[in-house]
Amino acid sequence: MNFGSIPLTYYLVLSAALFTMGALGVLIRRNALIIFMSVELMLNAANLAFVAFARQYGVFTGQLFVFFVMTVAAAEVAVGLALIVAIFRTKHSIDVDQMSSLKG
Amino acid sequence: MLLSETTTSPLFSLVPLIVFLPVLGLLVNMIFGGRMGEKAVGAVASAASGLAFVISVLLGIALWTGGGEATVVPFAEWIKIGALDIPWNFRVDTLSVTMMLVVSGVGTLIHIYAIGYMHEDVRFKQDEKRYRRFFVFMNLFIAMMMILVSGDSYLMLFVGWEGVGLCSFLLIGFWYEMDTLGRPSWANSNAAIKAMIANRIGDFGFLIAGLTMFWAFGSVQFGQVFGIAEEIAAAQPGIILAITLFMLIGVAGKSAQIPLYVWLPDAMAGPTPVSALIHAATMVTAGVYLVARSWPLYSLAPNAQYIVAMVGAVTALFAATIAVGQYDIKKVLAYSTISQLGFMVAAVGMGAFAAGMFHLVTHAFFKALLFLSAGSVILGLERGHHHLAHHNSSAAAAPTPPKDGHTPAGHFGSPSHHEEEVFDPGDMRNMGGLRKRMPVTFWLYIIGTLALAGIFPFAGFWSKDEILLDAAKLHPEIYILLAIAAFFTAFYMGRQIWMVWFGKPRHAAAEHAEESPKVITVPLMVLAGLSVLGGALNLPGLHTLTRWLEHTIELAEHEVHLAAWLQISWGGLNPLVALLSTVLALLAIFISWLIYGRKPLETGQKDPLKKPLGFIFTGMENKWFVDEIYSVVFLKPYAAISRFLADVIDWRFWHDWFHDKVIAGTYQWISRTVLDLRVDQQGIDAFFNGLGELTKRTSAGLRRLQNGFVRSYALAVLFGVIAILGYLLIR
Repeated sequence: MNFGSIPLTYYLVLSAALFTMGALGVLIRRNALIIFMSVELMLNAANLAFVAFARQYGVFTGQLFVFFVMTVAAAEVAVGLALIVAIFRTKHSIDVDQMSSLKG
Repeated sequence: MLLSETTTSPLFSLVPLIVFLPVLGLLVNMIFGGRMGEKAVGAVASAASGLAFVISVLLGIALWTGGGEATVVPFAEWIKIGALDIPWNFRVDTLSVTMMLVVSGVGTLIHIYAIGYMHEDVRFKQDEKRYRRFFVFMNLFIAMMMILVSGDSYLMLFVGWEGVGLCSFLLIGFWYEMDTLGRPSWANSNAAIKAMIANRIGDFGFLIAGLTMFWAFGSVQFGQVFGIAEEIAAAQPGIILAITLFMLIGVAGKSAQIPLYVWLPDAMAGPTPVSALIHAATMVTAGVYLVARSWPLYSLAPNAQYIVAMVGAVTALFAATIAVGQYDIKKVLAYSTISQLGFMVAAVGMGAFAAGMFHLVTHAFFKALLFLSAGSVILGLERGHHHLAHHNSSAAAAPTPPKDGHTPAGHFGSPSHHEEEVFDPGDMRNMGGLRKRMPVTFWLYIIGTLALAGIFPFAGFWSKDEILLDAAKLHPEIYILLAIAAFFTAFYMGRQIWMVWFGKPRHAAAEHAEESPKVITVPLMVLAGLSVLGGALNLPGLHTLTRWLEHTIELAEHEVHLAAWLQISWGGLNPLVALLSTVLALLAIFISWLIYGRKPLETGQKDPLKKPLGFIFTGMENKWFVDEIYSVVFLKPYAAISRFLADVIDWRFWHDWFHDKVIAGTYQWISRTVLDLRVDQQGIDAFFNGLGELTKRTSAGLRRLQNGFVRSYALAVLFGVIAILGYLLIR
């Protein structure tokens, strides 16, 4: 196995890096689509961590979870995109800072 | 129950019918009477009363065959509160049956008479619809009177006592919207109210007596009260005296004795059958019955007995003197009734219960006879008057006959010819010479008069003589009062006879008076028969009634030291006493003939007694001004006190000051200052306003967090996650 020599730490570091990038993206960017993509990035960082641990300990549980996460993510994308389209139709913008009608 | 075992004869269980038959009669007349016609209404009412008489006779027979033992027939549970247990029981004993027989017997005759009398009366007064009402009231009266005499407790007696008072009120005010002459006025209505109020004062005394009795004896039932009367008398002699004297107030109210008799003369405003039944024969004797019924109590209180006897004797004489000066045929009889009731009260007061009851019975016969005959006379004059009115209207040129209007006695002798003058058919000054016009009524009236005057051998002779004899034996001073009263009795009756029946008619109506029909005269003949033969009830030597009553009233013989002339006894009749009273009566009638009979009164002539007696006769004419004295002494001050209480105490002090200032002011101060301002505004409101303010401020602070930037929310979520994870790691 070519990959067998890559230690777990690397995967986790990569996963953490991806997650941090995703989180920063959500916090910093204003474009709803970018935020959406950042959310996907965070989900996949988590997926990476799951499969890395699964491989490390030789159990399939983590890999099974990844399937669930991917399914949920797909559903979320469908709903999220529908929301974005609906918002765009009314506001002609997908800037999340414009969406502040519930401001206290 | 123990009492039911003593019910020997099944006839005794019929006793509730004496109350319920008249009630049934009045219900039938009330519900169906409107469609039945006058004859049927009268027949139903008379039958109800007549059947009650039949039941009374049956009870009498049962009692006679059963040896005269008193029987209590339990009927219904009535009042049961704690220790107070008063059932509605009927008491059948010789005393109550005697009363039942008188009430229903005389009552039935008067009902029959009233069929004829009211037939004409409602037509003269032009309200034929009132015929039925009269008989409903009459039957109610019979029922109430039966409750009174048959009740087994003072409370049941009181129910009947009040019931007959109500009937008296209703019937005195029967023609409530007119006076006795049919003119629109409240006079009759006022007479009814007067009777009600005078009786109320008496009833108040009776009520106090009854309550005192319950307080002292723990019971108001005859058997229980009389059973322990002697014990109580030994322990607290004052109690019996108080009860008997308070009872005397009730007796004075109901039986028209001094000082409460003033209502009875005015009660003549009622139709004549009412005067005969209620205000002469039965209801007014309820007081006599009460004293006789309470004999165990009175026997224990000799002082009370003496006071009762004295009240009766003084009333007898006082009322007899007033009767001499009256001109209204019914007023003379009314005062005569008061006087005769005085005889009875005096008798039962002295302890001569049998003599008193004997006089009660005979008086019921002859006074009912006299009243009903007087009613027949009045109707005769009304007929004459109507006949005349028709005659005059057909011959318009005929001169108006001179009339004596119903003017106060002071104006007597100044005949006025005013058109609006109303003819008074009851005024004896309008009568005269009726003997030829109304022969049947004349002879009946003579019989009644002789019985009342106490002429041998009529009923009144025997009963009055018995009272006089007992008085002579026990209290000479009462004997003297009663003897003088008996003299006056014969005198005013003689005066009435000469004025009404002899001489020449003093009014055109009297000239054309017509005799009454059979329905009126036949009951009178029965009563006349009883007035003649009534003395047979208690003839000397036999003393049937006394023996009969002895089953109920057992008296110890008084050991009195008697003067020699009083010790003579022909089987209980003292010839000297009897002779003296007869001579007095005949003398009085002779004197009345000298004054009124020898030279009959002319139209418009003053009463021949007016000149020689002067102011004394003025006093008699005006009833000794008792009504005026009562008006000044009681009514006016009472009205002044009421006005003062109403205006000053109630309105100004109570309403204006106490209610408006004190209560309303305090209330407003409390509500406005204390409750509204301090408690509500500054307490409760302030607390909840503070709560609201706090919430508002808190939320204003929290609102800042909701800034509308999605990314800041996300940041908060991130920090939250980090915090939770950090906590989990550090733990």
